[in-house]
Amino acid sequence: MSDPAKTPVSFRGAGFVPGTRRWAPWLAFALIIACWESASRLGWLPSLFMPAPSEVMNALHALLVDGKLLVHIGASLKRIVSGWILGSIAGVTLGFLMGIFVLARSVGLPVVSALFPIPKIALLPLFILWFGIGEPSKVATIALGVFFPTVVSAFSAVDNVPRNLIRMAQSFGLSTRMIVFKVILPGAMPGILAGFRISTSIALILVVAAEMIGADTGIGAFVLAAGNLMQIDQLIAGVVLLSLLGLTVSALLSVTEKIVLRWR
Amino acid sequence: MQVVLEDVGYAYGDLPVLDGVSFTVGEGETAALIGPSGCGKSTLLNLVGGLLEQQGGRIATMGTVPAGCLNPLTFVFQDFALLPWRSVAGNVALALEHHPLGRAEQEARIASVLQLCGLTDFADALPKQLSGGMRQRVGIARAIAVKPAVMLMDEPLSALDAQTRELLMEDLIAIWARERTTTLYVTHNLSEAVRLADKVVVLSRRPGRIKRIVSVPVPVNERQKPEHIGLLQQLHDELWSLIKAEAQVADREMQHV
Repeated sequence: MSDPAKTPVSFRGAGFVPGTRRWAPWLAFALIIACWESASRLGWLPSLFMPAPSEVMNALHALLVDGKLLVHIGASLKRIVSGWILGSIAGVTLGFLMGIFVLARSVGLPVVSALFPIPKIALLPLFILWFGIGEPSKVATIALGVFFPTVVSAFSAVDNVPRNLIRMAQSFGLSTRMIVFKVILPGAMPGILAGFRISTSIALILVVAAEMIGADTGIGAFVLAAGNLMQIDQLIAGVVLLSLLGLTVSALLSVTEKIVLRWR
Repeated sequence: MQVVLEDVGYAYGDLPVLDGVSFTVGEGETAALIGPSGCGKSTLLNLVGGLLEQQGGRIATMGTVPAGCLNPLTFVFQDFALLPWRSVAGNVALALEHHPLGRAEQEARIASVLQLCGLTDFADALPKQLSGGMRQRVGIARAIAVKPAVMLMDEPLSALDAQTRELLMEDLIAIWARERTTTLYVTHNLSEAVRLADKVVVLSRRPGRIKRIVSVPVPVNERQKPEHIGLLQQLHDELWSLIKAEAQVADREMQHV
């Protein structure tokens, strides 16, 4: 009997592998800006409504030199930080209580579910009536906007801590307080930090909205004023600032995650 | 310390899982608990360890707690139950931190059990950096760090591959030879039961009742000797014949759940 013909095995497992190219996003940004700049210089984009990136950069530089930039950023940051801290502390606390205690869960879950969908900016007029047009009404709006997603994420994070770890801790005689601080809190940290990503974005949206409704300073107020005066280069500069602020917050959270969750 | 179970019953709602279970695990003895899937083995272990509230019958310990014992009834879990954010030493420390030990004694205990379990070089490693066998060694080290009076082992080797299981069985035999801790060992693996236990408690299918208690008449450290292999195989076959028919029925029942 003759040998059967040998058929080489061909590779057919290419593709569908998740991965990233570090240079790709930089190249994409550079291309977008280059196209935008070229389109402006060629007169394809009317500079009155869509100024070139170079004009936006000039506007940003001018704002930085005359000190207005820092005033507006400072005002917005103050509101974001105060509102976010207040909302986060309250949200994490209630989320933990709901995750740990049956009664708190039974009461809290339907109440939070009912109030969560309300667009919080709609409550700003009410807060202005309660707290006045000054800072407290804006901080309260941001705090409330941050509070609800934080409650939900903290509650889910606590709820997702593996039960076997809690049982293990009970089997070694750890008290409830110790279980909360040594098992549940670190176990819930990934979920809580993921929730912070959502809540910081909400805080950024709400600060702009609140500043557009009633403020003299802040990036939101600046963008609105620039729009009213048809200073589109300044308007886009404000939007770029917001984008940079969002990226900075996101980077800070990434660093925090790397430090706190280095065990993952 | 002895563990005495008298007429123990348990039900999850309307579903009875244990009924009239009575037996004793003697001082320094290892009792394996076997039975078909869903017969209540792990439920019984959780009842003995106080992780489930007793519903019927009586479970008690008898005898004095050994010197230095911090947690008389101590579990070793099937899924290791290690805190992923703590190092190996940190996981062992979790069992000790809430006891009024001095820092020196706590560190001495940790060093001692890590050495006993072959983990000294991995003290600072995180669980994710370890193999399944090494993770379970951490679980065992954590358990013996509290010098337990009774070890409650819930299928401790079932998540491991066959070779690692063999290695860990040898480790367990060495540890027991040194510590002489009373042990209740839940397993579905008959070979493991015959290899490690002084007696094997066979439960029927749900609701679990004692079907038979079989003694293994060969010292644990001599069971690898060729002259005993025939007898141990005979015991293995006897145990299998006791649970085979019920395991088949339980298997079909499980598919309908």
